[in-house]
Amino acid sequence: MTQAIPMTLAEKLVARAAGRESVRPGEVVTAKVDLAMMHDSGGPRRVAPMLERLQARLWDPDRVVVISDHYVPAVDAESAGILDLTRKWVKAAGVTNFHDMQGICHVVLPERGHLRPGLFVVGGDSHSPTGGAFGTYMFGVGATEMCGVLVTGEIWLRVPETILLHWTGRLAPGVVAKDMILAMCAKLGMDGGRYQAIQYAGDTVAGLAMQERMTLSNMAAELGAQTGLIAPDTVTRDYLLAAGVPAGEIELAAWQGDAAAAAERHDFDAATLSPMVAAPHSPANSAAVGEHGNVSVDQAYIGACTGAKINDLRMAAGVLKGRRVASGTRLLIAPASARTTAEAAADGTLAVLTEAGAILLSSGCGACAGYGAGVLAENETCIASTARNFKGRMGAGSSKVYLGSPYTVAASAVAGRIADPREFLA
Amino acid sequence: MSSAANNAGRVWKFGDNIDTDVLAPGLYMKSPLAELARHCLESVEPRFAKEVKPGDIVVGGRNFGMGSSREQAVMALRELGVAAVVAPSFAGIFYRNALNLGLLALVCPEAAQIRTDAVLAVDATAATLRDLETGKIYVCETLPAHLLQMIADGGLLPHLEKKLNAQRSKEAQA
Repeated sequence: MTQAIPMTLAEKLVARAAGRESVRPGEVVTAKVDLAMMHDSGGPRRVAPMLERLQARLWDPDRVVVISDHYVPAVDAESAGILDLTRKWVKAAGVTNFHDMQGICHVVLPERGHLRPGLFVVGGDSHSPTGGAFGTYMFGVGATEMCGVLVTGEIWLRVPETILLHWTGRLAPGVVAKDMILAMCAKLGMDGGRYQAIQYAGDTVAGLAMQERMTLSNMAAELGAQTGLIAPDTVTRDYLLAAGVPAGEIELAAWQGDAAAAAERHDFDAATLSPMVAAPHSPANSAAVGEHGNVSVDQAYIGACTGAKINDLRMAAGVLKGRRVASGTRLLIAPASARTTAEAAADGTLAVLTEAGAILLSSGCGACAGYGAGVLAENETCIASTARNFKGRMGAGSSKVYLGSPYTVAASAVAGRIADPREFLA
Repeated sequence: MSSAANNAGRVWKFGDNIDTDVLAPGLYMKSPLAELARHCLESVEPRFAKEVKPGDIVVGGRNFGMGSSREQAVMALRELGVAAVVAPSFAGIFYRNALNLGLLALVCPEAAQIRTDAVLAVDATAATLRDLETGKIYVCETLPAHLLQMIADGGLLPHLEKKLNAQRSKEAQA
């Protein structure tokens, strides 16, 4: 028996997809894609003309998932046309994994049982690293690159180094995964991930619920990483079983990496972390909530793939129960998926939110990227549970977006200014 | 005009972390490309889309193109006639998109030293830039062989087309 070369989780996942025993960071390999996910914006409307030009078919329609989430529901002839084209293309191409207006792709994909540890998946969206929370090697690509995958079932990549982001200690009440990732953005910067693979680890990460882990992996995009992995464990397995993945398809032991093989490591202390808020116009402009001074907010927004999962809505409800949104401030909530809304309705969360004066919006990418309902006017200020606060992203060019956890956004909605949620949770 | 001037362009300089939302604003993402391109970079430099000329060169800071996977960030620059994007580092998805769409993206460690009002001659094969006034040469990183081949074919789609056609004619002969 030869001694196995120590490999990180990322290296093991890439090696499997490349059909290799082992890989080394820096090598260029061709990987076989297990699943390709695309949405209505970067999907059919862009790839259909390319496939036509190539006169090519999908390499495997059963390995393609299409999710309409950007232009939903249609608000004008253009968006209606994009959704119509998506539906017609899916049918003609023989794609049966189609989730139309069921929620945001990064939340719907695991929710409907499409992910599991060990897979190699590409998504036509930059927040595709979200899949990394399940021990899936998942990353975002543009539409032309997606077309290449759809035709060949393959993609090239440079085997990434692994950057280990290691958290120990217990988070204080009111401090959550969103605060952890904003702290990491502040420390490492928007290119700290160097388009390599991030792996989140340590007892803090192991103690997080699946949806909280998804928040960390989701914002690996904001760290500039290719993917954001978390080694799968029983928390992963329990989520996947509930999503209908057969037990025999959930392997945990094979997808644990050797942490010592990581190229870079950063250590963080969870116990001393405060709720974090990112000032305009970058998630890297994050500091403890108390350091932002007196900032009044016109709009508070709980939405997007990052910050409107069921756990996020429950956090907001924890603050809003028995309280009202401040006069002069509007709180908009767009649950991340149809199932999220159903769960929130079933457990009473939804009633708490609406009784506090929250305005409920449909599930989709919506205001986060300036696509849908809830965009900002010139000079307005918003605090959002989303991932990005780039200039003009949520609407008018002069609008300002702060980022925080659902706790912090809800607390700010009640206060009418950026507020520390711990004052409301005591 | 000398041959060097034929592929020379004026420089438009930008800072670090130029993101895809300022390159291709979400508000115009469902508009035709020509309309979207009119808003390219407007929130950081309103003159850019109005005054940029075919052949001009965008010089960015670190992590150029961070954010979304939207290819329109590349397509808007191409639509405006931008000949090359130069930066000390690029966001991964933007970089892949640029090469896939045949927009020259050059990693230039010394990009910060390029003069704001420079006119640069681009040599794509050698991966160098030459300041026509000062004569200074900027050396950029060369690309791996498989990407050079793809760019030589005109981007990923023409590259795939060539491969598929070769495969089809082989099958027809068999």
